[in-house]
Amino acid sequence: MKEIRIGSGAGYGGDRIEPAIDLMRNGDLDYLIFECLAERTIALANLEKAKDPEKGYNHLFEYRFAKVLDEYQSGNRIKIVTNMGAANPIQAAKKLVEMAQSRNIQVKVAAVVGDDVIDRLEKYRDEVIIETGKPLASIMPEVISANAYIGARGIEKALASGAEVVITGRAADPSLTVGILLHEFGWKMDDCELLGQGTIAGHLLECAGQVTGGYYADGAAKEVPDLWNLGFPIAIIKEDGSLEITKTQTTGGLVNEMTCQEQTIYEIQDPQNYYTPDCIADFSQITIEQTGVDRVAVGNVSSKPSNGKYKVSVGYHDCFIGEGQISYGGYNAYQRAVMAQEILERRFELTGMELSEVRFDLIGCNSLFGATLPCPGDYSEIRLRVAGRTSDKATAIRVAQEVESLYTNGPYGGGGVTMNVQEVVSIASILIDQSDIEIEVEYFESEVEDVTA
Amino acid sequence: MLLHEIAHCRTGDKGNISVISVIAYDKNDFELLKEKVTIEKVRDYFKDIVKGPVNRYTLDNIAALNFVMEDALGGGVTRSLALDKHGKTLSGALLEMEI
Repeated sequence: MKEIRIGSGAGYGGDRIEPAIDLMRNGDLDYLIFECLAERTIALANLEKAKDPEKGYNHLFEYRFAKVLDEYQSGNRIKIVTNMGAANPIQAAKKLVEMAQSRNIQVKVAAVVGDDVIDRLEKYRDEVIIETGKPLASIMPEVISANAYIGARGIEKALASGAEVVITGRAADPSLTVGILLHEFGWKMDDCELLGQGTIAGHLLECAGQVTGGYYADGAAKEVPDLWNLGFPIAIIKEDGSLEITKTQTTGGLVNEMTCQEQTIYEIQDPQNYYTPDCIADFSQITIEQTGVDRVAVGNVSSKPSNGKYKVSVGYHDCFIGEGQISYGGYNAYQRAVMAQEILERRFELTGMELSEVRFDLIGCNSLFGATLPCPGDYSEIRLRVAGRTSDKATAIRVAQEVESLYTNGPYGGGGVTMNVQEVVSIASILIDQSDIEIEVEYFESEVEDVTA
Repeated sequence: MLLHEIAHCRTGDKGNISVISVIAYDKNDFELLKEKVTIEKVRDYFKDIVKGPVNRYTLDNIAALNFVMEDALGGGVTRSLALDKHGKTLSGALLEMEI
């Protein structure tokens, strides 16, 4: 029975490249995917594109593809599917063709477009924002981007047309894998069992190192060999939907039932209803079974047909956050940090600091869990942090400066001040009809001189 | 007994929702997990952090519970004032829960 091997070369936009190259060389792969978009990434990419129409794709795009083209040059031509196009898949595709051309490498690159719906956002102004329950109109003046989580069909089409590299914008994470499977096996959108298995394959691959021992290693119960040299995963998928997760033996890390269990449930809510643009997957009856060294079979995932909706991430200018930190150490460190916090509270009041929200943390004591866990009584060092939400940048800067002024005006021995002011772009989600969007694929090809002539 | 003696956990986030899996090391302990790690207990444990409803889902074949905690991340990763905006460390606190 036909089977294909898909490697995962990135779990987030800034991920390492070495495990991806290891997969290209030692993974016996048919495809390598790079999943590089988080919720807010595409909004920030749109800001970059607004400044420079040739930008707006992943920052590491050129870095990663230089390494991939090194492999192509030595004849190691594994097909690539990635959402590194972010806000500008077409420009990313053109850039790759330019890079290939300069090395005299022939390659056909596809850009999948249609996820960007900013030009027709007005028609959705009455749609309800999932996070706040308010209509979209409430943030309309602040909106900077709107991208739908599109599915596997554009990728399938691109591969069917002979593209060797497929670059998308906001394609949903598991759809990178599902698109490959639709193309390779001719699966249909109403093949519920197959689409379920394809979706769990994509879901287990999308965070790369998180299924091979990353975000997992912990003491004797959860030992991971050579975590420093963590390898990324491979999904082996057969035409009948059967799936195994594995890794190369040239890297560290591990694939076992526990890593697959943890990653199955990662970031999902109701396991019976995992919504993607391609289907509603049902992970609730999943089976996970070790079948060999670093080899785990994953089965019994089905799906229901998609609800016909796309989720749209709407990026908007939200607020500013001003932040400052200062350390106290040695005798009475905790008491001095508390004193510093009280001074800041009084200063914010005295100077009429307009903060819609403020948060104080004693790092080492309560910054992660508040009062959930008990704090020990004495500390050899402790770090006070304040973060305040403001509507303007000047006030955010003042929050940070109030911490700095503790050097000379605060308790004894405060040191190591850091200040940070951040403009916050947030995400509001709405649902739109899939029929509102036309997914299109554009192709770009490098022209190669015949060096043998 | 503390939770980490019989279970492992992983935290994920979606917007302002924190999701924590609780998975039995030994499938024979799953009934105990279901009995001891209840919605009420987790909600009370995280009362200083989680402001919204808590839900629990069950994946029997892999002896896993999935806790979905709403309004748990100070507005979510894009706008939270917290140091750990994803809440990735939260499962570490849960592992210290007495059961």
